[in-house]
Amino acid sequence: MTSIFADRRRLWLLLGYIAAAAVLFCAPLYLSDFRLNLLAKFLAFAIAALGLDLLWGYTGVLSLGHGVFFGLGAYAMGMHLKLQASGTRLPDFMDWSGLTKLPWFWEPFKVFPVAVALGILIPALLALFLGFFTFRNRIKGVYFTILTQALVIIVTTLFIGQQAYTGGTNGLTSFTKLLGEPLRSDTMKTVLYLATVAVLVLVFMLCRYIANSRMGKVLRAIRDGENRVRFLGYNPATYQMMTFAFSGALAGIAGMLFVLHVGIISPSMMGIVPSIEMILWVAIGGRGTLIGALIGTLALNYAKSGLSEAYPDFWTIGLGVLFIVVTVFLPGGIAGLIRSGAEAVRRIRGRGNMHESGAHSVLQGSNRSV
Amino acid sequence: MKRKGNWFKGMGLAVSVSLALVGCGSNNENNSASSSAPASSAPASSSAASEGGTVKVGILHSLSGTMSISEVTVKNSELMAIDEINAAGGVLGKQIEPVIEDGASDWPTFAEKARKLISEDKAATVFGGWTSASRKAMLPVFEELNGLLWYPVQYEGLESSPNIFYTGATTNQQIVPSVDYLLEQGKKKFFLLGSDYVFPRTANKIIKAQLAAKGGETVAEEYTPLGHTDYTTIIAKIKEAKPDVVYNTLNGDSNVAFFKQLKDAGIAAADLTTLSVSIAEEEVKGIGADFLAGHLVAWNYYQTTDTPENKTFVESFKAKYGADSVTSDPMEAGYTAVYLWKAAVEKAGSFDVDAVKAAAGGIEFNAPEGKVTIDGENQHIYKTVRIGEIQSDGMIKELWNSGSPVKPDPYLKGYDWAGDLSSGS
Repeated sequence: MTSIFADRRRLWLLLGYIAAAAVLFCAPLYLSDFRLNLLAKFLAFAIAALGLDLLWGYTGVLSLGHGVFFGLGAYAMGMHLKLQASGTRLPDFMDWSGLTKLPWFWEPFKVFPVAVALGILIPALLALFLGFFTFRNRIKGVYFTILTQALVIIVTTLFIGQQAYTGGTNGLTSFTKLLGEPLRSDTMKTVLYLATVAVLVLVFMLCRYIANSRMGKVLRAIRDGENRVRFLGYNPATYQMMTFAFSGALAGIAGMLFVLHVGIISPSMMGIVPSIEMILWVAIGGRGTLIGALIGTLALNYAKSGLSEAYPDFWTIGLGVLFIVVTVFLPGGIAGLIRSGAEAVRRIRGRGNMHESGAHSVLQGSNRSV
Repeated sequence: MKRKGNWFKGMGLAVSVSLALVGCGSNNENNSASSSAPASSAPASSSAASEGGTVKVGILHSLSGTMSISEVTVKNSELMAIDEINAAGGVLGKQIEPVIEDGASDWPTFAEKARKLISEDKAATVFGGWTSASRKAMLPVFEELNGLLWYPVQYEGLESSPNIFYTGATTNQQIVPSVDYLLEQGKKKFFLLGSDYVFPRTANKIIKAQLAAKGGETVAEEYTPLGHTDYTTIIAKIKEAKPDVVYNTLNGDSNVAFFKQLKDAGIAAADLTTLSVSIAEEEVKGIGADFLAGHLVAWNYYQTTDTPENKTFVESFKAKYGADSVTSDPMEAGYTAVYLWKAAVEKAGSFDVDAVKAAAGGIEFNAPEGKVTIDGENQHIYKTVRIGEIQSDGMIKELWNSGSPVKPDPYLKGYDWAGDLSSGS
């Protein structure tokens, strides 16, 4: 009885995902250039949110430093685009800052596949490095979170200070070409958008696979009782490190796509505020549910850009109220709301599944305590 | 207990459902607006900006975030210019409809909103920006979509985009003459202090070259991060270096801290000359005139500038935004930009960007700062340079001016000592 029920639910869910993907893939047909560009940017953000959800929602590790990983990916792509745009000459800001030749660490970014690989590897390795020294030493909870904030400050200060090498506060902008094609042609924009959707779908499936695998179970177990997991013979630090590095890599990918759509990256995008904003996407969507992270990212960014267009003078207040309302009244986020709505429907339909819904609320309870 | 819990849940549900509805509503609006936009505007995209009796222009400044204190005032003066023009019959018989967007002190947001103003709203032109970073973020968008931006703030030069008009000073209309002025006053030893970003760094590079060529001396060069507020170390270094003048390119809140701590350290304007290029009337109000009285600044316009146009400008601004509001250089440049655009549109007889650009060269306007002229070649404007001294009432008294408007030279091509600097052109 229950298995048929679950199968049917799974089928509906699958259909829903396919429909959502179809809607996204067809967006170039019904959205204007500007709106498509906006959506592309939000979808890039969603990739970072998925990684963050895996780390925070599933493993219980709160990182307020994902702006850095996002930024490192973005800079990797930005450096490649800047070199493309400058041709044989030095990038303009290096010229102003008194450099006469290209710094050695810019050289590898001349080649596109290398730049992409570095855009994934650098954030992943940095996360692994940080994770190695924290998780292994059992630094966790608030202490870990504070360390990630410190990382943000260190990296942004470094990027602002080293103007000659990074472009300083202005960041990198004025890109023209990608792989020899003009970056802003209609075809290129559509291709980049579709590439973003494709990456998002792949990342979503991968994250779902991980979450439902044995590893996902271990991650949730770490979240709910790290010591018990250790007593069972697992090493939580390894899992935390791997998840941290994986979500860092996803943030890097998101950053690379962001630069391609927005055409600028500056240290302000990797600062404390954007890092916290990423957490908000996940929190508002509903942590511990991948679809929630996705929905939260889209909802929040649409709210932000819609409110600021409609009320340029007061939009920040509106957004603030939205945050408060959601955190106070919807601790499970939008996904939590949908789930409790579905539960309510099921409860009305019949009492046969009392057992299951009980299990659910236990899970929700533990979600909240993370 | 249980009942209370249910009540809470119910209320939470109600709020969230209504939120979701609101969210859906706005989303739908977005979708319908965006889906209908291409259909309706495709046949007449070039004239969409000027359909009916109005023409849309964008106003894009930071209305939230760290830069909002400064940028809101420029937004206000630009809106005032638009109101004045509308009251006098508009441009080419059309009323100007401002579309205001918030850049939120965030550079990618500036790029996003610029794109929105040009491609969604079909704004005929955009007035906006303050920081160099925001301008550099918007520049590729304006060049890609062939939009038109009027940028109202003094900046570091070395730029001349075909899609931007610069109505603030470039380096040879503010920094270079102010250094000459100080040298003439017998100040030879310069202490360079600035916030760590592109404007102070580029400005100081120019100053160092200029001092080297003209017999001055750079005794120290110090940078602090934007928003830095502890200047005791810097002040100790100043005391030790004993410069004739501190050339100050600090921006924002840092100025408050620096001047207060300078006064606390017992250094008054009589003991040590400072010249600042980012402190105008609005900032004096924020820092407090008693900390700043006697210190020097360099701009192209002061509230006290003695022209008939300025008298009207100050009066109408006070009438509109309150008697205690002040006017400053960037506000004047923003106000002037709106009138220059109007003049260019009327000369071109069209709102088309290319036609307006082609017509703009040589246009003259009697601005509050005096006569300004658009240089058709680099799209900057001729401006009079003024050195002023801050008074204890918060106003700035003019000590020296260049006599006539100075031709803009963003790449400093007309200065022998600046040969290396302009290689980027």
